[in-house]
Amino acid sequence: MAERELKKKQAPERADEAVDEVPATSAAGEKLKAELDDLLDEIDEVLEDNAEEFVRNYVQKGGE
Amino acid sequence: MAIPKVCGIETEYGIQVVNGDPNPIAASSVLINAYAHDVARQQIGWDFEDEAPGNDARGAAKEGSMPPMVETHLVNTVLTNGARYYVDHAHPEFSSPECSTALEALTYDRAGEAIVVRSMEAADASSHDGSHLVVYKNNSDGKGNSYGCHENYLMDRETPFSRVVGGITPHFVTRQLFCGAGKVGSETAFHDSGTVDFQLSQRAEFFEEQVGLETTLKRPIVNTRDEPHADPHRYRRLHVIVGDANLCEVSTFLKLGTSALVLAMIEDDVSPSRPLALADPVRAIHAVAVDRTFGQPLLMADGSTATALAIQWELYGQARKYADDRGLGCLGPEEVGAQIIDRWEQVLHALETDPSTLARQVDWIAKLQLLEAYRERHGCGWDDPRMAAVDLQYHDLRPSRSLFARLDTETLVSEEAVAAAVTDPPRTTRAWFRGECLKRWPASVATANWDSLVFDLGSDPLRRVPMMDPLKGTAEHVEALLDSCASPAELVDRLSS
Repeated sequence: MAERELKKKQAPERADEAVDEVPATSAAGEKLKAELDDLLDEIDEVLEDNAEEFVRNYVQKGGE
Repeated sequence: MAIPKVCGIETEYGIQVVNGDPNPIAASSVLINAYAHDVARQQIGWDFEDEAPGNDARGAAKEGSMPPMVETHLVNTVLTNGARYYVDHAHPEFSSPECSTALEALTYDRAGEAIVVRSMEAADASSHDGSHLVVYKNNSDGKGNSYGCHENYLMDRETPFSRVVGGITPHFVTRQLFCGAGKVGSETAFHDSGTVDFQLSQRAEFFEEQVGLETTLKRPIVNTRDEPHADPHRYRRLHVIVGDANLCEVSTFLKLGTSALVLAMIEDDVSPSRPLALADPVRAIHAVAVDRTFGQPLLMADGSTATALAIQWELYGQARKYADDRGLGCLGPEEVGAQIIDRWEQVLHALETDPSTLARQVDWIAKLQLLEAYRERHGCGWDDPRMAAVDLQYHDLRPSRSLFARLDTETLVSEEAVAAAVTDPPRTTRAWFRGECLKRWPASVATANWDSLVFDLGSDPLRRVPMMDPLKGTAEHVEALLDSCASPAELVDRLSS
């Protein structure tokens, strides 16, 4: 229930301003979706041929 | 008042040799030497004088702590943009120069990528055996081995470290919502094998402690390495190891900007309107990484619960009030502070309403969208090796192979600014003095490190110029001085008089 209280409290007045951003971002999202098909064609071309071997061979030493 | 949040970002890259000796240390050396010899055409060595990664911010290090070894024999160069480019363990690493804003640090993080791309091209051009190098900006090999992307923030030494730990932990557990790089599957014992299809973060599951000195095993959410590379009586450098390496500029910008903002509030002792201490931060960071709904309640220390998104909203609300009350001058020019807090709000709002609208801004969402589209087209399961291949190749830095580069993600810095940052230091920190001296008098700089430059003026002994304040040695402070000096000897004489 503390969860609900928290949510109520946050509701910033500025959320209204943020709403203005949404249509633009959604439109961009739609555009991105339309482009995904072309992108997938391209990925099929550039993705390493033998995925299993490619992934298996990628071995790194821990770092930091 | 909170001190200016000078920041930087260090990235350890994954490296793979195709058709050649697979030794990653040798490959990393070839990569960096190719850049130093063929692209930068100069090589100034690193000075290890002040390296002490074993110092612990809590005072005495916990018994059994294993600080990293300082490896002095591997390739280690300083660049004219003020960065350090070197072999760290078995990885090439680019440590950005000290930056005065999150936007500047983002620019240098991108410059680091550009430098790595040029390094690969130079190394391949001089390869005699048909081998070539591939570098990945990611944080794990999918087999339980992780390497880091660390952030650094300048902090006031007077702020008690325990307050830093308490204040920053909730942010470090939940900020992965907008700065996780995304990952197919899981690779540690924290998750049952085969039960996790996708995680928000590459790194989250590698964290086993809340606080500690280690960086390579038993990784802590808050790292206590106390190595300020500056006047230790005035400053602390918070060394942050919990983040993912990002490719999306908005993710990198928010990772740095929101963290600097939360740290500023901690310095100013601004408390949240409700306690945000988690009952078990380690369990929480693992749980947040596998929860794509952000709806799972996390148990708080006071017995209540909160979701990761609710914790982020709380931190944001506190930050907005702090900004209104005191301003965000410690984050740089007014417009940068405003950009951080406005963007933070927009991203949280989008996460709450429709996360898919962030596919151009947030790495894990960009990657997830790609994976889901791929899965739909090929009808494959999450455990299909092609899914792991798409994940890995998202991070491939070669323009011809990178899947990330094929996405139309939002940029915050211009390509011109990135190109300039490949060779020029930031004007707003001591990195300017380091980089400019290297540019103007490369033959006279013997070695360099974060807090000093050593000049070889042709006469014994070598002359060390200390730079103990990251905010001194800026273009504003010393450009006129450098311009008026005919030689490095004159500069050193005037600085010491």
